[in-house]
Amino acid sequence: MARYAREVAVIAFAQSDHLRRTDELSEVEMVMPVLHRVLAATGLKAGEIGFTCSGSSDYLAGRAFSFTMTLDGVGAWPPISESHVEMDGAWALYEAWVKIQTGEADTALVYSYGKSSPGSVRDVLTRQLDPYYVAPLWPDSVALAALQAQALIDAGETDEAGLAAIGARSRASAGANPHAQLSGAVAQGEYQVAPLRTGDCPPIGDGAAAVILAAGDVARRLCERPAWITGIDHRIEAHSLGLRDLTDSPSTRIAAEHAGVFEAPVDTAELHAPFSSQEVVLRKALGLGGDVAVNPSGGALAANPMMAAGLIRIGEAAARIHRGESDRAVAHATSGPCLQQNLVAVLEGDRA
Amino acid sequence: MTAASPPEILRAPLVVEFPFTRSLGPVQSAFLTGLREGVVLGVTTADGKVMVPPVEYDPVTAEEIRDLVEVGTTGTVTTWAWNGSPRPNQPLATPFAWVLVRLDGADTAILHALDAPGPEAVTTGMRVRVRWAAERTGAITDIACFEPAGDGAAGAQATPHSGEFADAVTGIVAEARLDYSYSPGRAQTAYIAGLSEQKTIGERCPSCHKVYVPPRGACPTCGVATSDRVEVGPAGTVTTYCIVNIKARNLDIEVPYVYAHIALDGAGLALHGRIGGIPYDQVRMGLRVEPVWTEGGRYPDHYRPTGEPDADYDVYKELI
Repeated sequence: MARYAREVAVIAFAQSDHLRRTDELSEVEMVMPVLHRVLAATGLKAGEIGFTCSGSSDYLAGRAFSFTMTLDGVGAWPPISESHVEMDGAWALYEAWVKIQTGEADTALVYSYGKSSPGSVRDVLTRQLDPYYVAPLWPDSVALAALQAQALIDAGETDEAGLAAIGARSRASAGANPHAQLSGAVAQGEYQVAPLRTGDCPPIGDGAAAVILAAGDVARRLCERPAWITGIDHRIEAHSLGLRDLTDSPSTRIAAEHAGVFEAPVDTAELHAPFSSQEVVLRKALGLGGDVAVNPSGGALAANPMMAAGLIRIGEAAARIHRGESDRAVAHATSGPCLQQNLVAVLEGDRA
Repeated sequence: MTAASPPEILRAPLVVEFPFTRSLGPVQSAFLTGLREGVVLGVTTADGKVMVPPVEYDPVTAEEIRDLVEVGTTGTVTTWAWNGSPRPNQPLATPFAWVLVRLDGADTAILHALDAPGPEAVTTGMRVRVRWAAERTGAITDIACFEPAGDGAAGAQATPHSGEFADAVTGIVAEARLDYSYSPGRAQTAYIAGLSEQKTIGERCPSCHKVYVPPRGACPTCGVATSDRVEVGPAGTVTTYCIVNIKARNLDIEVPYVYAHIALDGAGLALHGRIGGIPYDQVRMGLRVEPVWTEGGRYPDHYRPTGEPDADYDVYKELI
């Protein structure tokens, strides 16, 4: 059981409502209420947090060092211990978890946010691709996911009806999630890039999320039922898409092995699958059976705030443990095209 | 404190353009120069796999790999996706298929576009060939796209290639432009709206009572929203300054001039501006100044002395 030097738990989670546009809010104005809610849930003051780490992307904001603006919402004076990843906040959480493992902090505030509304996110995301052989062709995020979907269909692992069912189940589940951008019955719609239809693609929106991590007794003191991170790992594929078997995700599987996913059954899986086809790949990589509640929050098909949607998967899984609805959950986050990078965490609650 | 009548949220176009100049390593240089010459090169890994497009390090072993081979310009579609609505900058302006193509002689696939009349004309496993661009410069876009080749199209084996060409391409310029519609949010909209009336609007922190100008909606010390709007100035005090001796390009201000931090009356921190109306070598800390607006200006052009006695150091020392 003692996989790591210290016990670390997610002790609080908060997220914004995810909306198509938030013109009236600057990034800090969007993030700050979320920070206040997550701090209030623990009773901690900003100045009591040992380490703060955030995730965001300048390409979404169209501005260099855009994350420095949201630091105003943290209360960064007197000076705090702070860091940032230009990635989904799940990787900021990983950095914060390492910081606590090293003993340099007992608590951490992790937040992330993204406003996709100012730009065209499908085009913006092409700028994260290989600049020599791929980015000059401007293949957008839906096109790359569609290549993966067709590979799955060719391999007989799903079909268009199967993909549509994933979208429908996700949005039906999101009916119980007041923060979701899309919920209930949503038309499957036209092909965006075939074989993916509108219903197979995530909504484009703005949003933010935050979690608080704490070590050992601090977690027990501040949270009735901490969501212990009993395993966490992240892996990356070779970057050339033509080098990969797009129907599989070895990086997710290896991360899951190292995080101990397969050592005991899980009852909940929060998967960061922005496209319906990606859930097929992840279910296989994680060996999830039909008895596991997959994305009870609705997942990224119901709300996909860039740079926050992965952190939200960890937060949603933790919140289910906080509420006693789950005892052992797997949370997954991804970044990049066609499940390029994958982070897997196992969260467990103390059994009564 | 002024009544908070929310002005319409401002929006403006924001264009980010970047022509990154990137250098190429030996493998990428050979590949892109090869495209210019109508030749497709791959690289062979230690276990004999041919990778097209080629990389410089084996993705499995991380060993440096440099053994170049020439592969065919025909190949097989390994997966595809029909793009009914091409987006700006994509290889074709008419509907096309995105394809991964394993060229004859290669073990990996290259991403590109396939020109086909419709999705019914595309299948995984179909044979395709390179359509070269009319003008080639040594870039991935030298392949204009792929086109159907018919099942009879002959295959090819990978054959060793020196990778040497006359006048090799050693770099690319990765041009990109992204268009945004920027909105500064509630607090900064109010500030900019105030400037249009030649007023400077700050916001007070409800916790520490400091007045931030320009306001960004949050107190960075307390981490709480600043919502009480406060008009500050117009006059203020020079808290510190520097003398600029280097003329910036496209700036029609004579050097030397003074650039200063100015604490407007009522503000909790200094903002910056140019000082005019006084010889540069007579500007001093504590100097009392006021904004000078030019016709149609959207912010103060500069600040000039008010003629009041200098402020006492103790009054502004916290704001330096």
